[in-house]
Amino acid sequence: MQIAGTILSRLFKAAITLLAIAILNFFLVHAAPGDPATVLAGEAGAADEQMIADLKARFGLDQPFHIQLARYVGNIVTLDLGYSFRQGQPVLDLILDRLPATLILTLTAFWISLLAGVALGVAASARVGKFTDTLITSVALLFYATPLYWAALMAVLVFSVQLGWLPGFGYETVGSGFSGLARAWDILKHLILPALTLGLFFMAVYMRMTRASMLEVAQQDFVKTARAKGLAPATIRRRHILRNALLPVVTLAGLQAGQLVGGAVLTETVFAWPGIGRLMFESLAARDYNTILGVFLVSAAMVIVFNILTDIVYRLIDPRIGHKA
Amino acid sequence: MKHLRLTTFLVAAAMATGATTGAMAQQDGGRLDLIVQPEPPGLMLGLVQNGPTQMVAGQIYESLLRYNKDLEPQPSLAKEWEIAEDGMTYTFKLQEGVTWHDGEPFTSADVVFSTVFLQDNHARFRGAFSHVESVEAPDDLTIVIKMKEPYGPFINAFEAGSMPIVPKHIYEGTDYATNEMNNTPIGTGPYKFVEWEKGSFIHLTKNEDYYIDGLPHIDDLYYRVVPDAASRAVAFETGEVQVLPGGAVENWDVKRLTEMEGVCSTSDGWEFFAPHAWMWLNNREGPTSNKLFRQAVMYAMDREFVKDVVWNGYGTVPTGPVSSKTNFYSDDVPQYPHDPEKAKELLAEMGYDGTPVRLLPLPYGETWQRWAEAVKQNLEEVGIKVDIDSADVAGWNEKTANWDYDMAFTYLYQYGDPALGVARNYVESQIKKGSPWNNVEGYVNPEMDKMWEAAALEPDNAKRQEMYTTIQKQIVEDVPVAWLLEIEFPTIYRCNVKNLITTGIGLNDGLRDAWIEE
Repeated sequence: MQIAGTILSRLFKAAITLLAIAILNFFLVHAAPGDPATVLAGEAGAADEQMIADLKARFGLDQPFHIQLARYVGNIVTLDLGYSFRQGQPVLDLILDRLPATLILTLTAFWISLLAGVALGVAASARVGKFTDTLITSVALLFYATPLYWAALMAVLVFSVQLGWLPGFGYETVGSGFSGLARAWDILKHLILPALTLGLFFMAVYMRMTRASMLEVAQQDFVKTARAKGLAPATIRRRHILRNALLPVVTLAGLQAGQLVGGAVLTETVFAWPGIGRLMFESLAARDYNTILGVFLVSAAMVIVFNILTDIVYRLIDPRIGHKA
Repeated sequence: MKHLRLTTFLVAAAMATGATTGAMAQQDGGRLDLIVQPEPPGLMLGLVQNGPTQMVAGQIYESLLRYNKDLEPQPSLAKEWEIAEDGMTYTFKLQEGVTWHDGEPFTSADVVFSTVFLQDNHARFRGAFSHVESVEAPDDLTIVIKMKEPYGPFINAFEAGSMPIVPKHIYEGTDYATNEMNNTPIGTGPYKFVEWEKGSFIHLTKNEDYYIDGLPHIDDLYYRVVPDAASRAVAFETGEVQVLPGGAVENWDVKRLTEMEGVCSTSDGWEFFAPHAWMWLNNREGPTSNKLFRQAVMYAMDREFVKDVVWNGYGTVPTGPVSSKTNFYSDDVPQYPHDPEKAKELLAEMGYDGTPVRLLPLPYGETWQRWAEAVKQNLEEVGIKVDIDSADVAGWNEKTANWDYDMAFTYLYQYGDPALGVARNYVESQIKKGSPWNNVEGYVNPEMDKMWEAAALEPDNAKRQEMYTTIQKQIVEDVPVAWLLEIEFPTIYRCNVKNLITTGIGLNDGLRDAWIEE
């Protein structure tokens, strides 16, 4: 009951926040130099005044700024993300087209980094100061320090160009006619390199955080008590230490999850992954206002949703949270 | 200079453009993967005319004519044409038995409708057709265009990107811009649209009912969208794609890729566009408003070095505003070799006080950034202080269109004739804030303006040449802009792809005749 009430009030606040974000985005996007009409005209390599005037009228840019803003707010309140004049499609269709590819990539990277990071962190903390610990922390440091773009290109050069094991880019084999399991296997092969590249950095972060947190919790009195009453070390580690050590990791995972929609621009670009990050970046370059605002809004909504989910997970891991209030 | 005037019907012998000879060896079938970069905003060529759109949609849509590498008109949807002696009437006979991709017959009514459609949507078409009095269709297979005045370059205005023929039965009476069929374009061309997975690829397939027997040869075309330049190079290396259009990879990768075994390259196929690069020098204010300063800039730059190093030796250092590939080119102009001493003398003569100039590079990738740095270094060698001012594409548009720059890189197409692609950059009537594709530098020379106008309307080619020669001499003396390079974008492809580039617009309509050797 209490959780339900909290969620309701959070959702209400979230709606207000989203509206504020949308309006702020609108100002930000329009503050950038240039507009979609001049970009389109520019790309044509030839333009006259009539062309620019026609385009502006078609895009609604000939209206005063406050009217444009009012129209936009009116649209999003009715959950209408508008129309991309550049691409000739409703923004919602464009986003829904790209969303699956991005979610497959970012969710895979998310779970790989979270599970592997926590597992490695636990392993390192169990053998602190020994060879295993040194090895894990060194490798993690390397992943942590490697620029994503460089790692991506190196992965392509080694596994795709040199060894030929995995496809270097794309979402699936184009024109292969695969369906069912064959298609899933094909997508999986394409997914491995970008998901690993995207996941490495966060894996290193989770590993370091888990390790540090485990070591800290292990010093606390209740762990000594558990040890004193003769529980097995493995049980103590799992039930007493890990469960408490996970809270900061969950916080961080919540932050990463918030970036599931918009946070993979670089990876999507290098691996030609047809996701939403690229849609956002390309729309930004083209000043395709409605599309950028649409992607921003969906990303912002994701951040808020994952914040709420994070709070719920806190309560599940540590039942004390929420009861104090 | 090419001969453009024809007084009798030209019966072009059965499409034989020289490129399609040797028909015995040609093989049908196969699939070709090409890069398209960046992803086009749309494929409806009548509405969108940017480079990537033209490259893909040029296989779907056609115009009345095509142009070979010497820019001579060739049959396309028109099989024959006649220009009246006085240059006032153009008569086109259309191909028989042509159908749209949805099976509807193509007739002269579609051509007449296209002129209405494009009048609303195509700036370049509007310019060329402003000299037209009327377009009529006396029968289903004839088009008669009556002119207001003889207009020399008019016969060059029928290229697919300049005047795509669009289907009347789909667009008449609709709102063109939001017509749902824009997403599934219907043309008369050798390939039909199948599918466009945004962010990944565009799939075209062979038009089995194409009106030329035996064409096209290839079954499927996949235009692949790969946003990162290094990944595009990898895609070619691994064999995923077989064709890299000009500009698809950064210049430093060109050498490595063309040296691979079984890889061919050509700089052909850009003759119609003849991309011409220069720096606008703001003629209105600052040091660049002084002619001596502008001449000093020309002497200060080592343009051969840039060609050899930044562009791997591709291209030609231009002598002036008209590309050597364009009709009516003349090299009888003042020369500006790399001569730093001469540049310093000119700067001393004008009394240059060291005021810094802002240089705006073109935001089209690393090559252009390096080019700007090379120019900056050259200019600093003779004592000109340069600040590089950066912007993204939209910001670049905004700054140049509103004249907020001292020097700015650009390159523009010439479309085969100085009246179509060159005059717009130098005549006073084209000084218009808000667009970066006109006389952005603000050059004013009323005497030359008169001559530009007279040359465009002169029916006699010898007289046109005379006037364009005078114009080129005068403009090169004044240096309104600093000409940098006649760009050549090499097309890189696997050698088993044959007949890929056969026209003056290259890949934009070349897949009609291409075939793959197994």
